[in-house]
Amino acid sequence: MQPTQNSVQAFSPETLVSVSGLTRLFPVGRGLFRRTTSFIHAVDDVSFDLDHGDSLGLVGESGCGKTTVGKLLVKLLEPTYGEVLFRLPGLTPQAGSPEDPIASSAITSGQMRVFRRQAQMIFQDPYESMNPRRTIYDTIAEPLAVQGIGTVMDRVDLVSEILMLVGLTPPATFLFRHPHELSGGQRQRVAIARALVVEPTFVVADEPTSMLDVSSRTGIMNLMQQLAHGLGIAYLYVTHDLAVARYMCHRIAVMYLGKIVEIGETEELLHNPLHPYTRALLSAVPVPDPHFRREPPDIRGDLTAPIDPPDRCRFYDRCPLATLHCRDNPHPPTEEKGPGHWAACYEV
Amino acid sequence: MQNTTTAPVLKVVDLSLGYLTRAGEVKAVEDFSFELAQGQSLGLVGESGCGKTSVANCLMRLLPDNAVLRGGQVILDGQDIMALPEEEIREYRWSRIAMVFQAAMNALDPVYRVGQQVVEAIETHGVEGTQSDARERVARLFRMVGLDPALMERYPHEFSGGMRQRAVIAMALSCDPAVIIADEPTTALDVIVQDRILRELKGIQQQLSMAIIYISHDIAVVAEVTDRIGVMYAGRLVEYGDTADVFRAPLHPYTAALMGSFPSITGEKRVLANLSGEPPNLIDPPPGCPFHPRCLHATDRCRTEFPPRVVLGSQWADCWHPLNGEIPDAAQEGVV
Repeated sequence: MQPTQNSVQAFSPETLVSVSGLTRLFPVGRGLFRRTTSFIHAVDDVSFDLDHGDSLGLVGESGCGKTTVGKLLVKLLEPTYGEVLFRLPGLTPQAGSPEDPIASSAITSGQMRVFRRQAQMIFQDPYESMNPRRTIYDTIAEPLAVQGIGTVMDRVDLVSEILMLVGLTPPATFLFRHPHELSGGQRQRVAIARALVVEPTFVVADEPTSMLDVSSRTGIMNLMQQLAHGLGIAYLYVTHDLAVARYMCHRIAVMYLGKIVEIGETEELLHNPLHPYTRALLSAVPVPDPHFRREPPDIRGDLTAPIDPPDRCRFYDRCPLATLHCRDNPHPPTEEKGPGHWAACYEV
Repeated sequence: MQNTTTAPVLKVVDLSLGYLTRAGEVKAVEDFSFELAQGQSLGLVGESGCGKTSVANCLMRLLPDNAVLRGGQVILDGQDIMALPEEEIREYRWSRIAMVFQAAMNALDPVYRVGQQVVEAIETHGVEGTQSDARERVARLFRMVGLDPALMERYPHEFSGGMRQRAVIAMALSCDPAVIIADEPTTALDVIVQDRILRELKGIQQQLSMAIIYISHDIAVVAEVTDRIGVMYAGRLVEYGDTADVFRAPLHPYTAALMGSFPSITGEKRVLANLSGEPPNLIDPPPGCPFHPRCLHATDRCRTEFPPRVVLGSQWADCWHPLNGEIPDAAQEGVV
């Protein structure tokens, strides 16, 4: 399984993160003597770029590998193959000019602290991502202490300031509360505050609103957009909900069984979906209009797990357009089918 | 097969329910009334904690020990099931009114074969016949919900989320109920599976001419599968009407706010309006209209007097200042 590098673009000055051939395998089915017998191809030869201040929505069904991509980007996981290049303030390769991007694998343990400051993650479940024994102040001030930002006295001001920004006002009433005293929406605001207090350059947000109620969801989505635009933060937004991705992101990438099957500008992708999987996914989204008659999605069979998948298009078994060519050839390359609109399909 | 008789199969009148807690009584459901005819579908929507699931549990008479019924009737086939003793309610539960639970994983017993669990439901709830009759019936139900009858011999952990939800639907259908309550039946599922299950459920409902109550936080799902909608807030129904009418022109500001806070993949991309604040504490609900602390149209009157019912065609809403149907836009309303 040699990763092929699809759609590798030059590392332009605007590029913040460049992902090429990213692959992560997880061993499954350990046999006798704990021998690894097969692998889940959670992320399989994924390539894309993220520019400064840009927002990319990573969309797909459960188990498609979208969260794994997010974790690989912030180095909570290491890739099996492939590379992520970063251009982050304060991070340059050991040997090279300060303008050079640094490869994820070349970041030394000494540089990890700087990397953590620049690349933050917001998790899905605000009930699980916070230490219940620590106050809101402790939770938000910890990254400041780790990064050595400000004195202890400064930190109270910094934390108060960020609490104001995320709409937890007046800050004094929140500083010394514990997570259990806050609602889900308020906790997620604390999680956002904790991620943004160190002024990162980019953030991976993993379904930050999927556990929240309708009312707090909108607030969190609007807040994230506002702050990201205001502070010039680029983000990767991982979600299963296409409508949320549309609302939050300039571009959308659709994943299916570890592969990005289509990527493009949000409105272009939604109005002119090319890949048969994107089309099926789009036509399955319920529409809040009782007069709208939605056609059933054109897709066969059920979702499977990508355990040692055969070397052909991942979508072959379920695809309405599948041909003998699709059956007998490797997974299709990601090709530019329109300006900035890429898809991996032989038939479109 | 259109068989919409005028006599309602289910009639709920002034239902009020509380939960006793150490902090006081939580008024979970207040003065809740609606009717449902054969073959009709009703969607109940609202934020978490608005009382949707409490209503469902009430209709099934599956209430926790600390629940107290403060009044009202649930009339099924002309019989007030709230007044029945526990032994008699069993005859109604599952055979006349059945429920598709939210978490399909928890609704199935992991140590029994799935088919056997449905057979048991049939035998326990008084459908006449032998074990093999029951098994034949389960096989038929499995086919109806799109499961291979061979899967009857499997265990729940061998099922995917969608298959489990289908098995739970088969179980709910097992005793030919007149009413089915589907509590967030597809919330945990991916959209493609959700689409299939909703289509199947709707097909079965029409084929069997059942009445169905969908409980959901997702208004898009409700828009697609129901012909009536009830919007709940703080334990009360605040707006009710034909789904098409309510979606075209909501009367209650809460309904409009709820609709305005959902992103959509169709239509123009618009700024979503924040529904600021949180639902009220139901131990001590606010005076006047329960929605007034979060309402952009609230006046002094809303803060003190309970709102009157405004009726417009199929629709009604309890509101002092009903809307003329626009869904709020953040830009226009000036909220952030």
